[in-house]
Amino acid sequence: MSAHAHPVSHHGAAPQGFIRRYIFSTNHKVIGIQYWLLALTAVSVGMLLSWLFRTHLAWPHFAIPGFGGAMRPEQYLALVTMHGTIMVFFVLTVAPQSGFGNYFLPIQIGADDMAFPTLNMLSFWVTAVAFFVLISAFFVPGGAPINGWTSYPTLSAVGPIAGPGQGTGETLWVISIGLFCLASLLTALNFIATTIEMRAEGMALMRMPLTVWAWFVTAIVALLAFGVLLAGCILLLLDRTAGTSFFIPAGLVFSDTQPPLNHAGGSPLLWEHLFWFFGHPEVYIAILPSMGVVSTVLSTFSRKPVFGYKAMAYALCAIAFMGFTVWGHHMFVSGMSPYSALAFSFLTLAIGVPSAIKTFNWLGTLWGGKIQFTSAMLFAIGFVSMFVTGGLSGLFLAQPAVDLPLHDTYFVIAHFHIVMGVAAIFGIFAGTYYWYPKMFGRCMNEKLGKLHFWFTFIGAYLIFMPMHWMGIMGALRRYAQPGGLAFLQRMAPIEHFITIAALITGAAQLFFYWNFFWSLRHGEKAGENPWHATTLEWSIPSPPPPENFLEVPRVYRGPYEYSVPGYQEDYIPQHLAPEQVAKAGS
Amino acid sequence: MAQMPPVAEAPPASQLDLEDIGIGPGGPGGGRDGERGPGDRGRPVPQRSYVTGLTMGLAAILMFFMALVSAFIVRKGLSDDWRAFPLPPILWVNTAILLASSVTIEVARRRLARLDISGFRHWWGMTTALGLLFVAGQLVAWRQLVHEGIYLATNPSSSFFYLLTAAHGVHLLGGIIALFVIGLRSWQNARVTRSTATEMAAIYWHFMDGLWIFLFLLLMMGQ
Repeated sequence: MSAHAHPVSHHGAAPQGFIRRYIFSTNHKVIGIQYWLLALTAVSVGMLLSWLFRTHLAWPHFAIPGFGGAMRPEQYLALVTMHGTIMVFFVLTVAPQSGFGNYFLPIQIGADDMAFPTLNMLSFWVTAVAFFVLISAFFVPGGAPINGWTSYPTLSAVGPIAGPGQGTGETLWVISIGLFCLASLLTALNFIATTIEMRAEGMALMRMPLTVWAWFVTAIVALLAFGVLLAGCILLLLDRTAGTSFFIPAGLVFSDTQPPLNHAGGSPLLWEHLFWFFGHPEVYIAILPSMGVVSTVLSTFSRKPVFGYKAMAYALCAIAFMGFTVWGHHMFVSGMSPYSALAFSFLTLAIGVPSAIKTFNWLGTLWGGKIQFTSAMLFAIGFVSMFVTGGLSGLFLAQPAVDLPLHDTYFVIAHFHIVMGVAAIFGIFAGTYYWYPKMFGRCMNEKLGKLHFWFTFIGAYLIFMPMHWMGIMGALRRYAQPGGLAFLQRMAPIEHFITIAALITGAAQLFFYWNFFWSLRHGEKAGENPWHATTLEWSIPSPPPPENFLEVPRVYRGPYEYSVPGYQEDYIPQHLAPEQVAKAGS
Repeated sequence: MAQMPPVAEAPPASQLDLEDIGIGPGGPGGGRDGERGPGDRGRPVPQRSYVTGLTMGLAAILMFFMALVSAFIVRKGLSDDWRAFPLPPILWVNTAILLASSVTIEVARRRLARLDISGFRHWWGMTTALGLLFVAGQLVAWRQLVHEGIYLATNPSSSFFYLLTAAHGVHLLGGIIALFVIGLRSWQNARVTRSTATEMAAIYWHFMDGLWIFLFLLLMMGQ
């Protein structure tokens, strides 16, 4: 896009040739868009998979084309496993952090690029390879793995004896996630070094936009979490391929026709600890960047400063730190000591404090503002709604006594889809509507954006609210044939309702696809600063030239100076020198 | 080693041969990835960011190894099938070699600070050789275990021995490659100054040295 919009002035600076420019580019903006498009591809695949298994749950005997008759349990489990893996890793981790972070972190701190551009390109391509390795699991003998996105041993460690997809498919899963870890570590160290070392003059830590705070803190979390999963993946791979017994206990028998496996002494719990020591911080890796985006969007479209900016920054740090102390709440049903369960429970409940600080500050930001209901603003408010709803059910699940009966039910599905999946996706949508004009020089269509919002917002609640009730009634997760149990048969109408809601909500995403690609050419021209926003990316042309800034930027004030009394405009950009800011009446 | 002046300022003439020629704004080749043409306004990446990036990388590496070490402790504590085996004595020699390499890399950096380039190359090359010798010694230790019939899958104790030594060895090989590159580089188009590059290599090298001491103690006493 930038080539079309700026054919003259910046050609000399950009690398020549399509491949160096758009494929193996080291420019952070190109890489950001590449990550974003990778996530769009992944989310499309992940959503199609969910359509397939939702259809099966509602109409178990319906023969979906390509499945050779009614869906078999192993096919169902493969779809669920791949849906979870794709969504958590390749959508929720990639889009808000690597996508938006790559594009806007350097610009918002006044840098020309990331600290290590070549490393940045390498990270993206390793991530892309990881995605293709994962998808290839569908096309190997036995198909995709069936052990869920958490890949628990022993199912994941013993090979094809545990199911058709547990052979080559699961090996590909482990390799893909290992590669993903490696790429995420490289991205994280790049983000941290860039934030620490590359800030423009005047960009003190407490003048950084909350988006930058969020990307920075998320990068620290990723840096400390992904290495642990990588270690776990290596152990798992060795158990699978080299005959070691890290996770496989002795005397494991899978069927009466097969002898016990030749392993001894391993502990499946060890994997759970390694996985969730990564896995809980991972949910914050998914949600924190969206929190940053939402803070900025709420402030911009309320024409008010973020309420409690410092508290917001500290709360991000607190959530990130505490996120490393609560992994045990994913393992209450594993038979852990009630004393450690209690400790994990208290720590988990305590995360409610910084989360509530953020929520009330978002509401405080909206309070009394001159609210503009743009598509970005609607999705940001939708994020707050989802975060509160999903957060409240989190308080239920944080208590071991309540979690024990609910853990393996749809209640947990509802909880984490709303608080982490849908909320983070809403943050991604808010960011996309907000930054699209900067990235492509044209605005997205607001009418389509609002249609997209209302369908998605209402649809998400219609899909996931009934799952809470199903969970409380005892509907079990991971069951491919819920109709096989008498007490679950009564829930068939709810299954139908959820599936129809999912199909409609999924179809409504066509508003977004259409809007996104149509607006590239036909959207309203945006200009430098269509939202009258204050941070540095709005001080440069849309789309930005390859080197970002035409003059070396200097920062004079905090990021959310909206409606400051005594000035002509209701926003004061960070880069304007005090003498350039027009006083009221002058 | 004293810190070099910020590269954006013109270095004094006496230090010119130590500074990367291509680093400054408007310098030949530009400062970054060859993306900026001559005379372009690109600001140089501060040299400290390379050290910061490396420090972050080491934090990640530390987490990776701590995950393996905690797996070691948990796996040993949870089971009754753990059988310790005597470590090959050559590991003591290897440890001494690696410790010596940490000394030689410091000697090399001091020579560089005194602008004694040939002395620097000499000690730097010796460090590289000692690193290769260490890796070779680790391979010998593996061969000895294999001769005794102790393989990767024999027992969790041997699984962790091979895994930890291999993971450390791979990381050390990365350091050896860095030593080679720095020792042989012509420095015409580099993005980091020689002092920053040697500082980074030394930090990484000492870290791998210390990590090995820790792993060696763990394998020796924790088994």
